[in-house]
Parts: sequence; C-alpha cells; structure tokens
Amino acid sequence: MTTSWIETQLTEYLLERFGEAVQPDSRPGYLGFLVARNKLLEVCRSLRDEFGFDYLSSVTGVDYHPEPFMEVVYHFYKSTGGSALVMKTQAPRDNPTVPSLCSLYPGADFQEREAWDLLGIRFEGHPDLRRILMWEGFAGHPLRKDWREPFFEEDAKPFKSRWPEGHFIRVEDNNPYKNNVSYPPDFDPGKWVPDKDELLYGGLQSFEEDSEIKTERIVVNLGPQHPSTHGVFRMVVLLEGERVVDLKPVMGYLHRNHEKIGERNTYLQNMPFTDRLDYICSMSNNFGYALAVEKLMGIQPPERAEYIRVMMAELTRFLNHMFSIGFLLNDLGAFFTPSLYAIEERELILDIFEEVAGSRMMCNYFRFGGVARDVPEQVLDKIKTLVHDRLPRKLDEFERYLTHNEILRSRCEGVGVLTPEQAIALSVAGPVLRASGVPYDVRRADPYSIYERLEFDVAYGIHGDIYDRYLVRIEEMRQSLRILRQVLKDIPNGPVMAGKPQFQVRVPPGEAYGRVEGPKGELGFYVVSNGKPNPWRYHVRAPSFINLTSLKTMAHGAKVADLVAILGSIDIVLGEVDR
Amino acid sequence: MDENELNLRPNQIPEELKGSIAVTTLDRIYNWSRRNSIWPMMFGLACCAIEMIATAASRYDFSRFGMEVMRASPRQADVMIVSGTVTKKMIPQIVRLYNQMAEPKYVIAMGACASGGGPFKEGYNVVPGIDRFIPVDVYIPGCPPTPQALLNGLITLQKKIDSESLKSVRWYQKGKIEPIPIPVLGPDLIDPRQSPLIKELCQSQISNVSPAGTPENLEAHHDNQLD
Repeated sequence: MTTSWIETQLTEYLLERFGEAVQPDSRPGYLGFLVARNKLLEVCRSLRDEFGFDYLSSVTGVDYHPEPFMEVVYHFYKSTGGSALVMKTQAPRDNPTVPSLCSLYPGADFQEREAWDLLGIRFEGHPDLRRILMWEGFAGHPLRKDWREPFFEEDAKPFKSRWPEGHFIRVEDNNPYKNNVSYPPDFDPGKWVPDKDELLYGGLQSFEEDSEIKTERIVVNLGPQHPSTHGVFRMVVLLEGERVVDLKPVMGYLHRNHEKIGERNTYLQNMPFTDRLDYICSMSNNFGYALAVEKLMGIQPPERAEYIRVMMAELTRFLNHMFSIGFLLNDLGAFFTPSLYAIEERELILDIFEEVAGSRMMCNYFRFGGVARDVPEQVLDKIKTLVHDRLPRKLDEFERYLTHNEILRSRCEGVGVLTPEQAIALSVAGPVLRASGVPYDVRRADPYSIYERLEFDVAYGIHGDIYDRYLVRIEEMRQSLRILRQVLKDIPNGPVMAGKPQFQVRVPPGEAYGRVEGPKGELGFYVVSNGKPNPWRYHVRAPSFINLTSLKTMAHGAKVADLVAILGSIDIVLGEVDR
Repeated sequence: MDENELNLRPNQIPEELKGSIAVTTLDRIYNWSRRNSIWPMMFGLACCAIEMIATAASRYDFSRFGMEVMRASPRQADVMIVSGTVTKKMIPQIVRLYNQMAEPKYVIAMGACASGGGPFKEGYNVVPGIDRFIPVDVYIPGCPPTPQALLNGLITLQKKIDSESLKSVRWYQKGKIEPIPIPVLGPDLIDPRQSPLIKELCQSQISNVSPAGTPENLEAHHDNQLD
C-alpha cells in the first residue's frame, strides 16, 4: 500500500511526539501502529482532534495464544473520507486490561463490550462493561483460542474424523450429556442462582428531573418476542408516563458464534456463513468478505467479475431498502400492505439471484478473485427489463403513495433526531449517518471495486430524523438504478474468475480490513492470517450492531410508539447484530 | 359403520334436502374446521423468518390455506413455526411461549437450524434442534426452505391434523398436561430434566480429576447410569 504525504507526516509526528510509546507495526503483512496501553487515550485524542480521525470504525481483539499477549485493534477513519489508520495495543494475556475509548468515541461502547464478552479483555473506564452477546454467568470467554466449545472436535476444518471407515460419528456421542453443553467441574445446578438482570435494570437511570409532574417510573421490556423488534431483539425501557427516559438494548438472542465457527472454517467455507449475517442482503456480505481476503492474497478479479459484483451489490441495496421501508411502514401501523408492495419487487430480484447463484436468499456467489459463475445473457436481459422499466416505475408508485403521505410525515418528521456530531461520535454508518447530514459513503470515501468509475451521487439528509432516513433510502434506490444502468451498458465480456477456481486458497500471513458500503452501512471484515488454511482471526464489523449504539440517544424523550418507528428506521437485521 | 358407508347411504336424507345436508363423522368435521384455520404465531428467529414473510406475501400467499392470521400472542396461536437458529439465550423464552400456547398446538421446525442445528450446530450458543425441548410435528429441510417448502410443510401439518381422532388426541385425555420445564441459563444451558445427571457428572469430575474427565470415560459412566 502506498503511503501518502499526509500519512508519512502523521507517522513522523506520532513517533516524535510519543517516542517509545508509538511504534510502527513491523510484523510482515501488518499495518499501522502499536501503541503502549498507558498512552492510548492520549494518542487517540491527538488523532481525533489534530488529525481529524473522528470516526472509529471497528474495535476488536485478537488472541495470539500461545503468545502471552492479546491485542486490541482499532480502525480509525476521517469522516471526510480517506483510508484507515490502524492502531493496536497489546495487553498481557493473563490479565488483559486496556483503557476504554468510550469517553472519546462513544461508538466504541458495544464493540468494547463485545470484546470483553468474547475475549475477556477488560476495558478500564467503560461505563457499563457487561456481557453483551452471551448472558451474565456464562463460563469463559469463547473466542479465546484455548476455550473449547462442548462440540469441539479439532482446531481446524476439514475435520479428519468426519467419515472414518465410511460412516459418520455424531458429535453428540462424544459429549457426556448427549447435548451441546459442558459445565465447570465444581458445578451444582441445585445451588445455581440465575442472573436476574440486576446490573441491567440497575443501570437504567433518568437523565434529568425537569418535569413538573412527578409520575412513577416503570420498566418495560420490549422483546425478545415482540412484533415490533424485527426478530429477537430486546429493549429495556424506563418510562415516565409514555415518555422514554432511558433505554438499554439487549442482544445476543441470535448469537450464532459466527466468528468462532469462522476461525475453524477454511477461508472459502466462510463464504456461505457470511450469507447468513445480514440474511436480507447476502450478496453485499459476500462482497465485503471477498474484498478482505483478496486484499490479503493480493489478487484482483477480472473486469467482468467486478461489474457483476457491483451489479449484484446494487440490486441487493435496492431490495434491502425496499424491504426496510416496507417494514418501517409496518412499524408505523400500516400493517403489511406497504410490505406487500415491497416484497413483490423483492421477489423479482430474488428470481435473478436464484438464476445466477442457485439460491434465492443464501447466494454464496462470490469467490476470491471473481464470482462463482457467469451471468447468462438471458438473465442480463431480465435485469435490463427490471432496471429500465419495472423498478423505476414501481419506485415512483411507492413514492407516490408514501412520500407526501400526511400520516407518514407527521409520524416521522422531527422524531428520532440524531445530529451529525452525535452520528459521527457514535460510529453510526449507512443511511442513518447520511440522513444526519454526513455525506459519508464508503463507495465514495474509500472507493473499492469499480465504484470510482461510476457516476452516482451520495444521498444525504439534513434533519437526521426518521423522515430523512426514509428519503435517503428512496434516493439511494434511485442512485442504485443509475449505477445499474451504467453497469449494464458497459459490462465487458471475458472471464469471471482470476486464475482457476480452488477450494483451498493460499493466504499469506498478515491482516486485512475489507469494507464495503452495505445497504445497512459500513460492513467490514477484519481477517488475520497466519499462513494456514483457516483464518486466525475473523471479525465482522456489523453495521446493524454498531448503529444500535445510537438507539438510546435517538429514543430519549420519545413516546413508546415512536420508539418502535425509530428502531424500524435504523433498519437492523438480527443475524448481523448478534452474528 | 365405516366412513364411506355412512356418507353413501342414500335413504337417510330425504330427496328435497339432499342439496343442503351432508352426513359425515364428528372427527372429520372437527379436523376439517381446524385444519383450515391454523393461525401461526408471529415469531421469527432468523433467516427462515424472512422466507416465512415471503410465504405470507402475495406471490406465495399462505392465506389460501387459512393461515394468514399471524398472531403475536401465543394464547391465540395454533402453530409455532420455529423459523431459524435456536440459541441457548433464546430457548427459555421459546419454551415459555410454547407453554403459553393453548391446546391444540403444533410446532413446525422450519429449516436446518431448528431441525438439528444446521450449519451453526457446532456453535457454543446454539441448541442443536428445537426438538430437544419441545415436541415437533413437522420438520422442513432447507437453509432456508423456500416458500414452496414451507407451504409443503404446512400442508403436511394439515394432513397430520386430518389423521387425528377426538378419542386419542392429547388435549382430550384425562389429567393435566404438564408444562415443559423452562431451561435455565447457568455457566452453560441447564435443562432442569438433566440436573441430576449434571450434578453427578460434575462431582465425578472433581473426585477423579484428570483422567476421568476425558469424554470417553464420562460417556462410559453416563451409559452405566442409563442402564
């Protein structure tokens, strides 16, 4: 990677000012700086205030067992665009403690909690360091390399034991409970007191005591089984009358151990798992993961494959925004009719996915260095009909019914406001960030694939309310169609795969962070390779998960009915929130 | 008297009433009315829920089979479509919801995850199949099953209802139907029905520390217990 003038200057400045505490990461294939723990806050403050790295994209940990340290990796960006600044800090493995960045970047909140939950890295100064994906009381920190799940077989796939002598062994048979459980040796279920969520409920507090009428405050749980929560998400809300005073999201009800499984899988085996992250837009997820691994491998897909990728990603964006607006209307009380309109168009796009990839939803279509198979001519014709005729027409129809609809406007305007400063500080991404007036789109800010060549505008709002989020999504659909028209016009002939397809790719040691502008926001994959067939660390920067950090800010002072709409406007998918 | 014979006896119905009277069995009319109004619970877990929504939408439209009324409350629902990966954190709520459903109630395990853990089976937070906790009537394969597959599953459930008899159905038997004990979130998921076994195995782990702690030995121990 070439270093620009500003980066060289930054390096010089940091080395000069902090001396020993900041050092370039010199491991082969690694980027960025290693910062001493005690100087971390100081360095970050200087980066944010003097160099404009105001957007903390990703925080995650890496366990380098059997090395005696753990590493926390930060990816900083400028909200004005540009490439990443990677910072790492190391902590001893037996007591990993790192200062929390929550005071500088509130968006680190959930990500640090996740690192604590899954890796056991303690963040000093974090306001609410509880487990986030697992429950309080769970034994161990599962992403540590020496932690083994009950169904553990081997460290890496493919497992040797799968077909000994021509027949399989059920993994249950190796477990004494014949089930996916294991307990610490001194455990007695009779004496166990389950967690009563005291920390959770106790942490709820009112912000201010300004109202003249004093009413009794009540705690209400919305979810995990609740029609408004788009899946298994839970909000613990402190109410004063009908006004939300405080809110805490509780997630993990769909925590499917994506990262632990991903670190056992080979690189290519992970591709179908990425489909199931944000299960509405599997193509975009494939894209991000393929980019990250291609960065590590140093390969470039052929031209036709790049066009096909962009085509699929933009169709996915259209589909997702259609779906999310349909369900936002659901949340506003227009039960299912707008969704029916949305799903009708979605089905047409899914038909195309089925034809090119073989599956409607879980496409598993991208490969490292291209795509799995070519798009046949008749499918291209179908896409052309959709893009030039059907979809714009239906989008106009959709908008005619909704955009100036009185009920929609009065429910959405001025509700759930997020200011640009808050949005950047909270690491919000995607349409939610842009609706707040920050025209930050990874496709423009840090272009990947062929987006540099394509003409499109970044849609953004001004007010940062639900209505602007709706408008941004509508405009993004129009821009997607614009991109699709260009792509369909210019798509070249040629191969769709660089080199010959292979099941086991060779990935040189190193780290890479691949990110794409998914429909929900910036979707990043952080992959660390040690040269073996499976990734050493595989982390997903899930936009839905991090966007939820802003829910509390947006919901403060809102009514319960608005809270449902605010959640709908963030557009979360639980598969991605909980991974 | 067998069913066909009953329906075919011409003499019992006067000629002028033949257009408006049919004779059938109680089982049949009871099953017929129930099979055509199966209300699913509005309850989505993961990816499969999206296909369930697609099935409810206009192209596939399961209201053709009388299932369009999705109820968010378990008290009003007839069938629980377990649509997605069941995690340990979520299973107490699912069992509670199942217990809250009124009889007659049915369970459909939609997709690979709900049926047996699917691609996520090896995960530390995943329950390998909902049938470890609640009884399942129909399993639908697929990841996720297409809307057609879900419809097929629902039709299979209708056939199952057709074959039921008032005399033998669970909810007309004498005695109370016991609710399923709700799992507890401990250091790992605790199934209350397994507590004695857990206690025993954990204590044997303390008494003979390392060699007995290997899975093979524990398994042998467990097998002895079952005998």
